[in-house]
Order: sequence, then C-alpha cells, then structure tokens
Amino acid sequence: MKNKLFGTATIAAAMAFGLPAMAQSPIKIGFVSTFSGPQAAIGEDMRRSVELAKEHLGGKMGGKPFEIIYEDDQFKPDVGKARSEKLVQQDKVNFIGGYIWSNVLLASYKTVVDEGDTILISANAGPSQIAGDLCNKNFFSTSWQNDQTPMAMGEYLNTKGVKSLYLVGPNYAAGKDMLAGVKRTYKGKIVSEDYTKWPDQLDFSAEMTKIAAAKPDGIFIFYPGAHGVQFVKQWAQSGLNKTVPLYQVFSIDAITLPQQGDLALGTLGAQEWVNDLPNEANKKYVADFKKKHGTYPSYYGAQSYDAIMLMASAAEALKGDLSNKDKVRAEMKKANFKSVRGDFKFGNNNFPIENFYIQETVKDPQGMVTVKTIATAVKDAVDPFAAKCPMK
Amino acid sequence: MEYLLLQVLNGVQLGLLMFLLAAGLTLTLGIMDLVNLAHGSLYMMGAYIAWTLIGVTDSFVLGALLALPATFLLGVVVEAVVIRKLYARDHLTQVLATFGLILFFNELVRALWGPAGKSIAVPGFLNRTIEILPGVPYPAYRFAIILVGALVAILLAWLVARTRLGMLIRAGASNRRMIGALGVNIELLFSLVFGLGAVFAGLAGLMSAPIASVRIGMGDDILILALVIIVIGGIGSIKGAFIAAMVVGQIDIVGRAFLPDILKTFMSSSAASSAAPAISQVMVYVLMAVVLVWRPTGLFGQRT
Repeated sequence: MKNKLFGTATIAAAMAFGLPAMAQSPIKIGFVSTFSGPQAAIGEDMRRSVELAKEHLGGKMGGKPFEIIYEDDQFKPDVGKARSEKLVQQDKVNFIGGYIWSNVLLASYKTVVDEGDTILISANAGPSQIAGDLCNKNFFSTSWQNDQTPMAMGEYLNTKGVKSLYLVGPNYAAGKDMLAGVKRTYKGKIVSEDYTKWPDQLDFSAEMTKIAAAKPDGIFIFYPGAHGVQFVKQWAQSGLNKTVPLYQVFSIDAITLPQQGDLALGTLGAQEWVNDLPNEANKKYVADFKKKHGTYPSYYGAQSYDAIMLMASAAEALKGDLSNKDKVRAEMKKANFKSVRGDFKFGNNNFPIENFYIQETVKDPQGMVTVKTIATAVKDAVDPFAAKCPMK
Repeated sequence: MEYLLLQVLNGVQLGLLMFLLAAGLTLTLGIMDLVNLAHGSLYMMGAYIAWTLIGVTDSFVLGALLALPATFLLGVVVEAVVIRKLYARDHLTQVLATFGLILFFNELVRALWGPAGKSIAVPGFLNRTIEILPGVPYPAYRFAIILVGALVAILLAWLVARTRLGMLIRAGASNRRMIGALGVNIELLFSLVFGLGAVFAGLAGLMSAPIASVRIGMGDDILILALVIIVIGGIGSIKGAFIAAMVVGQIDIVGRAFLPDILKTFMSSSAASSAAPAISQVMVYVLMAVVLVWRPTGLFGQRT
C-alpha cells in the first residue's frame, strides 16, 4: 500500500513539475529485504537508506522518474524466491536490489539473473558460489563476498599478535563462508570452530562455558542482527568480557548497538564501510540520515544507498533509456558514481575491489554508542573466488 | 569435572525456562482440550510488558513483579474474547484461530513498540558472576533463573497436588465432561487455567529477556520445542512436562557442548563441527519419536 503511494506520489510530483510523465514509463526497481519478524530492523534500515537515496536523486534517474517496489522475504529462502519471481515476471522491474541473507539470495538468484531482462544488485549477501562458478553478467554487488570481511579481520589479528582464536558462527551458508574467511588469513592457532543452530538458537551458555574452558586469546564471531545482540550480551554476562576479547564481523553495528549498548564498548570489527569515512558522499549520507532518523545508518543501509546510486549512474549515462541491457551492464561495470565507501572498481565477477577497515565500538560526543575507524586492514582487496568466475 | 557441572547447570537453566512455557501449554491442551499456538505470543507479550514496566518503575524486580498480573489479565481477556469461542470447535479451527492470534500479536507489537528489538539490562545486583564452587564462576543471573524456575515448579506441584484448584485441574485433565456434570464452574476454571498459563509464559519471556532480547516473534521458535516437551511428557501432566523439559534441556546442551568432540573422534574436524548442530537439532525429535513408540500418550499421559 505504502509502495503504491510512493509511486503515485512520484508520478504526481513529476506531473506537477510539468514533465511529460504520461509519455514516460517510470524506471521500476524491486527491493527484496526482511521487513517482518525478528530481523525486520535490518530491512527497515535498508529501506530508510533507499528512500534517502531517492530523495538525494530528486526521485529521478537519467531524467526519468523511478518507483521502488519493496518485497518482504520474511527471512525465508522460499518466500524470497517467490517475491523475486513476482518482481521479475509480474512487475517487470528493471533492477532488483536488496538481499540481506545468503541463503535467500542463493534461492532467488537463478530466477532473476537467468531471466535476462532484470539486473540483480546484492546490497549485502555475498555467497561464495555467486562470486565463483555461478557468477553472472546480470549480477552486481555493492557489498562484498562473504569471506572478505573476516579475511580482513584475520589480517589485522596477525598484526596485533593475537595467538589463538576461538571461532563461533551460525550453521548456514554465510556462517561457513565467514569462518572459512578468517581461517584463510589468520596465522595463529584455531582453538575450536563451533557452529550453532540457525536461526533458532539464541542461547549461547554452552558455548560460553566451552570458551571459558578453552582460554583462547580471542573469540571471533559472526552473528548478524538479533543474534549478535544475544551473543554480545551473554559474552558480557558470563564474565568473559574481562578475560577474552571479542572480534567480530557483522555482529555489532548501528542496528544492534542500541541494544548492546555499553557492553559492546571496546570491541573490534572489520567492515568495508564505516560511518566516519571521510569522503563527501558519505558525510552527506550520514548527516542526512542522522537528521531524519536520529540514529547512525548501518552498512546494510550504506550498501543499499550505493545500490540505488549504482543504478542511477547507469541510467544517467544512458539518459534514462534502459532498453539495451548490454549498455546498461557496461555502464554499471564502470561503477561511475560517488560511493559512500569511497571510489571502487568492479572485479571480473562484478564484486567490488575495495578497502576494508577496522572499527572500534566507542561513544560519540553526544554519548551515543557507535563505531569509528581505527585502521585500514587491507587495501583494494579482491575476493578469493574471483579466479573461479569464467567472466572476464 | 567443573566443566561438566557448568554444562549441566546450563542445561537445567534452559530446561526450567522451557518448563515454564510448557506448563501453561500442557494445562490448556490437557484440561481445556485446546490447541493454543499463540502460547508463544504470551511469552513475547510478557517480555514486552515487562520492558515497559521496568522502564516506568526503573526497577527490574518491581517491573517484573507488576508484569505478572498484567500478563494474567491479558490471558484472561484473550480467553474471554477469542479462546472461549473455540472450545466447541475442532482442533483444526483452533490451530487456525490461534495462528491468527500469533500474527495479530506480532503486528500489535510492531505497532506499539516498533520493529526493532528492545533490551532489558540484567538487574545490577545480579550483573556479576558467583562462585558455585570455589573457583568456578557462573553468571549470577542465570543462577537466579534456576532458583526462580525451581521455586515456581515447586509452587506449581503444590498447587496441583494439594489445593482445591489443583484437584479440579487434575480432574479436568482426566475427564472434562464429568467435572462439568458435577457442577463445577467450568468457565471460571478455564479462565483461571488460561490466565495461569499466560503468567508462566510471561514469566519465562521476561526472565529470558536480559539474556536474549525482546523482539517480535521471540516466542514462535521456542513454542515448537515446548510442544515437543509436552508431547514427550504426556499432555496434561505437569510432572511429565517438568521431566521432559529437564531431559530436553540436557540433550540440547550435550548436543552443543559434547557432540562435536565425540564426532571428531571418527570424522574430520570440519565435518564434525558442521554435522554436530544438525544432529543435535534432530536429537530432541528422535527422543520424541522413541517415547511415542514406547508410550503413545507420553511419559505421564492419561491412558485412554
């Protein structure tokens, strides 16, 4: 309902400004994310950033109005696939963006990219399969391949001299990629590698007891969204926060911090985007987001903002004419837009070649708990699956 | 040895939380013959109401204590408005209607409290570790859950075995029609039982909140486990629910704490670490299947 309203409002606005709106069919964008259930807060953050991108673009791409159709994957692969199918076949969208979860993206992937007319831009999930064997010219990423962020963390832990590490993550596609990622680069001793039931396990008492008994130099975790909140709280309550430092990817961010609060202070994580990166596009994005919503955006939001900006860059270059898909793909491949992470290039598999930073959880001058950049972990990183992708 | 003790305690704590949820469920199913899928929603509502009241009173204990009568009231209202109309219907209608209640409560929470989860801090005096044995620390809050859970279990055992209400509950579990025929006010009894179930579910929800977080749909995952527990224990039996919850709690912990190491003795380390959670996930259901083959009405279920 809300989506239709936005669409109508866009067209109404275009007419009010005297554009030949009737003659132009608007650019249609589908956006699949999780808008209900325990992880709905992530979807909401993405939606806010997409709407902000729309505002910054003045509601137009290459002179054409565009409408965004949001679809809720309900955090379920089968629902995500059905929603994606609907967007491709019924709504006939030009682009589909979004996808938080690797398992949802993997289920929806073929339906979208094999169709030939729709270009998929993942604003978060980056399963290894899609970066490697299953890469496709109709797929772009404005995030990362799953292994990359933990690889960056592993590099940093080497330089920091952390001698042994206990790995914990959820038992699904991304959990395995993430733990495999840190093992690719980390040179110290892996004490243990535990997988927990996903998504229904929220109690980590058994794991905390195991970690306390193993006495590692550090814990490495990957627990996105609500699960990250749980893990960090239970880590602090078990008293392990005084003895074993926590290193994380995707488990402490603008969405989880309001709930983790002071318990997360001092923890380190790796990320390709941080809210304090000093480029103009980012300053504008973060400031406007904060003004509107009173909180910091998360990387989920930043990647969604970039996904819309990437679509817009192609539409601008082609003056709004998206009929020739080869041209659209060629323009997108240039990544010719001001990304909030700073400039980046696309690799042969259409994943970004980008920097990764180390972030620390701190309090900002207003007393709000947030993250800030403390180091660059790796520069211009190429994901380890790019070589397996047959595209040039 | 200490490690074993800690893991057993973890299992006990998990089992007691599950028991609180299962107790209400087994009462409604056994006595009222009502399939109530929305029991998990009462668990969630207990946590959200507690979050609000803790914010208002600025005290965890006070907020939690006030949340209990509030969830009781909520239970009584839900029973009067929706559930009462379902007693005469078949189980399928009850499943559909109470599933509708889940959706209703999830959306209600989204409308009232927003999509983002809420967090309840561990009360200050419990925000530390205690030494259960010299040199063996355990989170004080989890220990408090064990104490409260055990206390409630004893209270419930006393209520069922020694009071007039308990007598009616037991009578209702074995023959519902007969106690109606004997002139017992069934309507009032059902209302009370449902409200009682709501209080236990709410208590479980609010106690788990500081460990986990208060979020939409938090009761939905845990409900399935609670259903498994009451089936294992025998529908309508509080004793059965208690024993089954304890067993399920231990199985869950064994699956997480010991299974990976056991598997590693005969398979590769990476295969073991990803097989272990999958196996521990099905162990509970295997137990249920075994129990049902051996005793089709559960461990302590009424023979029919």
